[in-house]
Order: sequence, then structure tokens, then C-alpha cells
Amino acid sequence: MTATTNPTYIGARFARKEDPRLITGDATFTDDVMLQGMAYMTLVRSPHAHARIRRIDTAAAKKEPGVVSVLTGKELEATGMLPVFITVPGMNGSKHMPIATDKVRYAGDAVAAVVADSRAAAKRAADLIAVDYEPLPVVVDGTKALEAGAPIVHEELGSNLVFTYPVKGGDIDKAFKDAEITVTQRIVNQRLIPNAMEPRAVTAKFEAGELTLWTSTQIPHFVQLIVALNLGLGQNKVRVIAPEVGGGFGSKLQVYAEELLVGYLSKTLGRPVKWTEERREGYLATIHGRDLVENVEIAAKKDGTILGLRIRTVANVGAYLQAFAPGIPTILHAFIIPGPYKIPAFDVEVRGAYTNTTPVDAYRGAGRPEATFAMERIIDRLADEIGMDPAEVRRKNFIPPDAFPFNTISGITYDSGNYEPALDRALAMADYKGFEKRRAEAKARGNYRGIGISTYVEICGLAPSKANSALGVGWGGYESARIRVHATGSVQVFTGTSPHGQGHETSWAQIAADALGVSPNDIEVRHGDTFESPGMGVGTFGSRSLAVGGIAVHKAAEKVREKVVQIGAHLLEASPADVVVENGKVFVKGVPEKAKNFGDISMAAYLANNLPDGMEPGLEATVYYDPPNFTFPFGTHIAEVEIDGETGIVRIERYSACDDCGRQINPMIVEGQLHGGITQGIGQALYEGAVYDDNGQLLSGSMMEYHVPSAEDVPMFNLDHTVTLTNTNPLGVKGIGEAGTIGSTPAAVNAVIDALSPLGVKHIDMPLTSEKIWRAIHAAGEGRR
Amino acid sequence: MAHTVTLTVNGTSYTRDLEPTLLLVEYLRETLALTGTHVGCDTSQCGACTVLVDGRATKACTMLAVQADGATVVTVEGLAKNGELHPIQRAFAKEHGLQCGFCTPGLMITAVDFLERNASPSDADIRHAIEGNLCRCTGYHNIVNAIRSASAEMRQTAGAQPKVAAEVKR
Repeated sequence: MTATTNPTYIGARFARKEDPRLITGDATFTDDVMLQGMAYMTLVRSPHAHARIRRIDTAAAKKEPGVVSVLTGKELEATGMLPVFITVPGMNGSKHMPIATDKVRYAGDAVAAVVADSRAAAKRAADLIAVDYEPLPVVVDGTKALEAGAPIVHEELGSNLVFTYPVKGGDIDKAFKDAEITVTQRIVNQRLIPNAMEPRAVTAKFEAGELTLWTSTQIPHFVQLIVALNLGLGQNKVRVIAPEVGGGFGSKLQVYAEELLVGYLSKTLGRPVKWTEERREGYLATIHGRDLVENVEIAAKKDGTILGLRIRTVANVGAYLQAFAPGIPTILHAFIIPGPYKIPAFDVEVRGAYTNTTPVDAYRGAGRPEATFAMERIIDRLADEIGMDPAEVRRKNFIPPDAFPFNTISGITYDSGNYEPALDRALAMADYKGFEKRRAEAKARGNYRGIGISTYVEICGLAPSKANSALGVGWGGYESARIRVHATGSVQVFTGTSPHGQGHETSWAQIAADALGVSPNDIEVRHGDTFESPGMGVGTFGSRSLAVGGIAVHKAAEKVREKVVQIGAHLLEASPADVVVENGKVFVKGVPEKAKNFGDISMAAYLANNLPDGMEPGLEATVYYDPPNFTFPFGTHIAEVEIDGETGIVRIERYSACDDCGRQINPMIVEGQLHGGITQGIGQALYEGAVYDDNGQLLSGSMMEYHVPSAEDVPMFNLDHTVTLTNTNPLGVKGIGEAGTIGSTPAAVNAVIDALSPLGVKHIDMPLTSEKIWRAIHAAGEGRR
Repeated sequence: MAHTVTLTVNGTSYTRDLEPTLLLVEYLRETLALTGTHVGCDTSQCGACTVLVDGRATKACTMLAVQADGATVVTVEGLAKNGELHPIQRAFAKEHGLQCGFCTPGLMITAVDFLERNASPSDADIRHAIEGNLCRCTGYHNIVNAIRSASAEMRQTAGAQPKVAAEVKR
């Protein structure tokens, strides 16, 4: 038995090992860490979106009782700059300090730090700091920021252009010359606020030359690395712990100012320091997502055959480049736009723009939802123009199953795929054939009913380190795992991944259990502590953890298993080829009654007085796994909506999805990832959107103005799957963390537009609020008053 | 000026001198170190801080500790009795009703209050009951399943176990 041929635990709906502490209140999140003598940091943030700092008067704040320290940007320059990990060609990088020194570039940019004995004292003192600002002209819109005469966010760069990123293939001019039909659509992916339920927090202490920093992050090892480099500490003297992390969705995929500041202040003040973000503060100071405006043109034949795609995109990156920001609208967006379709000609150009807004970076899906939305909207627009069933337009252009490995026009290689079965199963689940009857019934009720399809391919398993390097990603895309079997037989898995809801403790235990022939209940998975890890971990983002980190665990477990077999064969006086490892026993094939316990083998490994000649004592293995390629999950999502004819309110009546993430380690967890992802995608389609006024004030500045979907906004989801194994890794796994978000937004929007298409509506920009829909209904001369 | 406040939390009575501006959630987390109750927003939208105050699910960020003087409070740490999990806790785990777990204590508390007032809820009832508790991970699908599953178990064992919310005066 091996994990790949005859798994026992891989594929099982194994109960989560994380849950007992989370349902009893035993879990420790960063803000739960309470240390003796702890002080609290508060940051003073700019109310202006763009202003020169003339003077900061901290005298009154320093006199406030309980205040430990008040520091401005110039006094905190020793924290160093915030990092950017990706450099695309021709990029104009921004200087980004934790505390602004010369001028502020967005409302929320920090100008001073206060440390006090209590949160209340810190806040009182912060209110006493007087900042003399000279307000400057503001630009919030990415397209306007690139126009001549726009206010310049970083004067030293000379313009707001961050990069121009072209991806081209085929003969685009010929495609449009040969076209029987062309369709053009301006597509806006509005700015989103991630809203992980746990606000960010950082707690740090500096003792005996060693900094321990708890932080709510997806990438503890990157935080360790940058904190060590910037603060001039040995990496061995910086211990970063991501304890329980309450969701991330990309918003905790940064090395943030507060991590450097709290680390620096605890070191220099000689006492523990904590900072906890308030939600409204987080709306300003934690990264936003999306914010792309695209002009999409498709060239096609009247039978639905796509000939070419030309896209011009402006990506609003906000006031500063964040850690992964240069790679989101470029690498993770432009390359994957073709999705599951054969596109003969392709011409995409993405321009990045600085604006006086909160910085934008990865938010669940990160580039791929934007790509899929553009593709899936233009396909529906094309289907509408040529009067063809949208499902059939998609089917007609699918890459056929015998074409893999398939080189896309954008220059990447899909190793595997089989798109029609997922489409067909989703259509069947959705009762697509019976839809027109339901549309007619809704019409009789005075409502509008629509159905919308989205088919996608995403790019996961980030990434082969050499591919990273070629693309400008300044770090390898491997992941690490160490498995240690103690003398008594207890097993610990240390992983470089850093879960925040994804259930790695359970899935990794299932993977290791199948290799080691023990129960997942006998395996402890540890993560998020850089002093416990194998050494370097890359972290959890981009649906990479299983396809990279899970494979590292599998490979480490196979190494340990091999040693168990060798020791077992020696003790049982048999050939290793005949040794079986299962159910906690090690025995010779056919002779289970003469088994050694797993614990006998591990004890022998440490007693070390009866091991095969030349074998090292101990029983552990460390693996750094670098994948040979990305993985390419795919699927079809179908939403069916009904719009209230009176109010314009959209209800999702039915949601069906068939996804293919390859082999599923734990289907329960896979489904959970999809449920949550779909809901976030529906959030973008119908409810969510960050709104700035022309002065750069965030009008959607709290959960009161920004609608995170509630339980009443979404239905139950009907899920199915196909299994197309990738041959990129030995388990055939691909990734599922973002698929729901990628598939659902276009499905929901296509459904709403389909519902309104009898009124002549071609497109409405997201979010499709009841107000916008009500206006569209009334503009068409319908609707009740 | 500090006020003397007496509260019964998870069955234990505490008397403390508290600042009048201290929120109930701050009292629970920082004074009593009951950190299972979380703070997810500052506008009482998210419900992560929900606790039972005299049996009713209450957002502990909307109440001052001094306002709760004399009250009986149950937090997530008080749901299990004598080492045995409450049915809602078992159901959340069984149905995969949690992922990151940050919103989970508040959701379970809301569900406990709700199920003691509505023993046989429809899915629509459940969704309405929890619309003041936001979850960004689960899409609510398995939370609805968990609350439905817990309600079925609680109906079967009705009378066999003391109610958490009804233990105290309404």
C-alpha cells in the first residue's frame, strides 16, 4: 500500500484536528497573547489622501499619563523599508516606509506611533498629536492617474505609471481582419476590501537578545526574514509565530509596517508591545484587492469560434507597491485570461497606476478572478450578439482533452484538463434545459429570472522556482516539510505552509498517515512557528499549499517510511521488499501475526544498538520540494437568479458547480473551501465595493457601508466534481482555495444580465446592487412604482 | 471613577472595580482573560463578540461592563459542561461549520440562544437568526447544516440536559 495506489486516509472526510480548540475558546489568536508588562502601540494616520507633512507636534502627547514613547517617521527610519517581492520589467518601484516622513499618499498613511501602558492611554495621546498638513491635489482613479497633468503620487518617479506589461501571441491584426463579428466591452473589477474576520494584530517581546513576534500572517517566514534584515538581527534571533490566524484571503500576505514597528519598539523599549487593528483602521491600512478597468475586444466567427482577444487594462495599485502587487494584474491575470479556450491570437497590455488610495495586492484569486471575469463576460456578450447558447459557445472553443499538454497563446503549458464533463455535469445539476420554463414562471410573477455560466481554468501550485525567477518573482516557490518520529512512535509533521482556516493539520496528517501506516489521529501537524519549522517556509497563498507543501509532506513521509521498512526488515530478518507497513504495524507480507509495532521500530531507531549496518540513528526526514510546473484546476459554475421586479433585489435561487482540483485529500474540506470562495465571489458580484470620493476619502469605511455577505444573502450550494489528475506531482493534486471565488463572480453576473437581457440590458458594472438593477429596469420602461 | 461591578461568568461570580468606559468584551477578554470571545469589528456588525447575557445573545462590544452589573454571562468557554461539549459545539465540528474559527464562538452562542427559542427551525429561520454574525470562510452552508443538526440532537435529548441560556433568568 502506498498513498498513491491504495490510500486509506487520503480521500476520507476525516474530522478536522483543528476543531476541538476552536469550538471551546482554547485557541490562541495573536490578540489573545497577553504578556507581563505589555505596552500598546497606536498609530496616528493621515486624514488626507495626499498632503505634505509640514510639522508634527508631539509635545502634548508625550506628557499624557501612561505614555511610554511617541515617535515620528524620521525617528523610525531604522525600521527600514517595506519589501516588494516581485519585479516586473520596467517597473517604477515606490519607496515605502512604515511611517511616512515627507508626505502622506493615502488616507490612512501612518505619520506617528504612540506606545503607552494601556490602549486607552495610547489613543488619548494619539489624539493630542498635532500634524500640520499641506493638502495636495488628489487622484483616486487609475485611468485618470495616467493622464497628463494628474497629481503625481511619487514625485521622484516622474509619473504614476508603475509598469506596462504586454503579453502577446498569434496575429491579432489578422484575427480582427478575419472576424465576422467583434464585440467590445469595458469591464470593471471594482476594488474590494478583504475583511478576514480576525483583524490584524502583532505582539512582540525582546528578551536575551531574541525577538519573538506573534503576528496574524500567511507568511511567517517572510516576516522573519525581513524583520531580521531590517532590524539588523540574526535570523536565528527572530522567532515569528503565526498562532491561530483568523482568515487571510491575501490580506495577510504581506510584511506590514506594524510588524516592523512592533518588533522595533519592543526591542528598543525593552518591553513587550502589542498592536491590534481596529476594523475601521483595517479598512484604510490593510491591503485592498482587484481594482482593474479593462477594455476587452473579442474577434470571432458567427458560429462562435473565437479568433482573437485584445485587452487593455489599467490596474490601480494604490499609493505604494505592496509585497506581491506587481505580479497580480500581470502574471496571475494576463497569462490565464485564455482559460479553457483555444485562442489563436492574443494581445494584452496591463498598465499599473499609483493613486492616492490604500495599496492594492492579492485578494482571494488574485488576478485570476479578474481574468476569468473578463473572459466569461465577453463570451456571454458574444453569445448574445450571435444569438447562440452561451454553453455552446464555451463548448465550441474548449481545448479538447486530447490536446494536453497544451501550450496556451499566452505562453504557459497546461499539463492536463478535460473541460466538457465538468460543463455537462454542472448543466445537468442546474437543470439548464428546463430553465426557460422557470424564466416564464418568474415573468408571470412580475420578476426576472436568469441563468449564468462561468467556466474557468486557474493557475495554482505557485510555483517552480525557475519559473518564478523568469517572471520576476524574487523568491523560490518551493515548500518545506519535516517529519519527526519520536522514540515512542509519536509523529510530528512540521510544515512551511501557514494555514488560516484551510485545515492543513488534518489534510497533512491524512497524507502522512497513508505513507506511515498510522492513523491521522496519531500525527501532530505543527506550523506557523519559524523556530519549529524545517528552516524556511514559503507560506499559504495562491492555492499553493497542497500542491507544493502537501507534496513536501508526502515526500518526507515516504522517506521516513523507507527507513521504517529498512529497520523492520532488519528486525524481522526479511527482505525490505516483503515488508508491509499498515495500521501501526510492520510485518512480513502474509505473516501479520509476527508484526512489530510502529513504536518498536521508532524505539529501535533511537536505541540504535540493532540497526542495519551503516544506518544513521534517528527517524526523521526533511524535504524541500520544488514543483516542476504549476497546476491548472478547472470547472464550471452556474448561478440562477431571480430579480424582484419591484425592488431590483437579486436572489440566488440555485447554484451548481462542478470543479476539478485533481485528487481530493479531504472532500469535506474541499467543499468548505468552495462554499466560502463562492460566497466571496457572489459578494463581489452583488454586494461589495470600496468607494472613494474625489478627495480620496474612503466612503465605504466600515462594515456599515461595506456589505460582507451574510447568511441571508446566499443559498445552499450544489457541488459536484470531476477528477483529472495532474502529473505534475505524485498525488495528482491541484488546489481548491480560490476556485470558488474565480468561478462564482462571472456566473452570478452573467445570470443577472441574462435575466435583464429581455429588456435590452447588455452589461452593468459590479456590484449589481438593487439600486442599479432597479434603475436598469426603469430605464427600459418597465418596473412597478 | 471606578465602579464596583459584580458579574457571574460561566458560573463563577467576579467582583471588580472597573472603569465606566470598559466594554463588556474588554472585561471578558482582558480582565478575566476569557479570550475565546473575539472582537472582529468596531461597529457591531460582525457578531464575533456575541455572548449570552441573562440568556440572550448579546454583542459584548455594544455593552459596557458596568451595564452588565448583576448579570449572568455565558461565553464560549462556558458552553461545555463537565467536560462534555454542548450539542452546538459537536455539530459545528461534525458539519465542518468552521474554518479559521474566529467567528465560531459568536455564531455558536447566537445559535444556542436561537435554538432554545425555536427548537425546530427551517433553514430560512436559521439564516435569519445568524444574519448578525458574519463569517468570511464558510459561506454559511455548513453553519446552517450544523445548526440544523444541533437542533435535531437537542430535540431528541430535550429535558435530558440543562439549557445553557435558560439556566438564568430571562
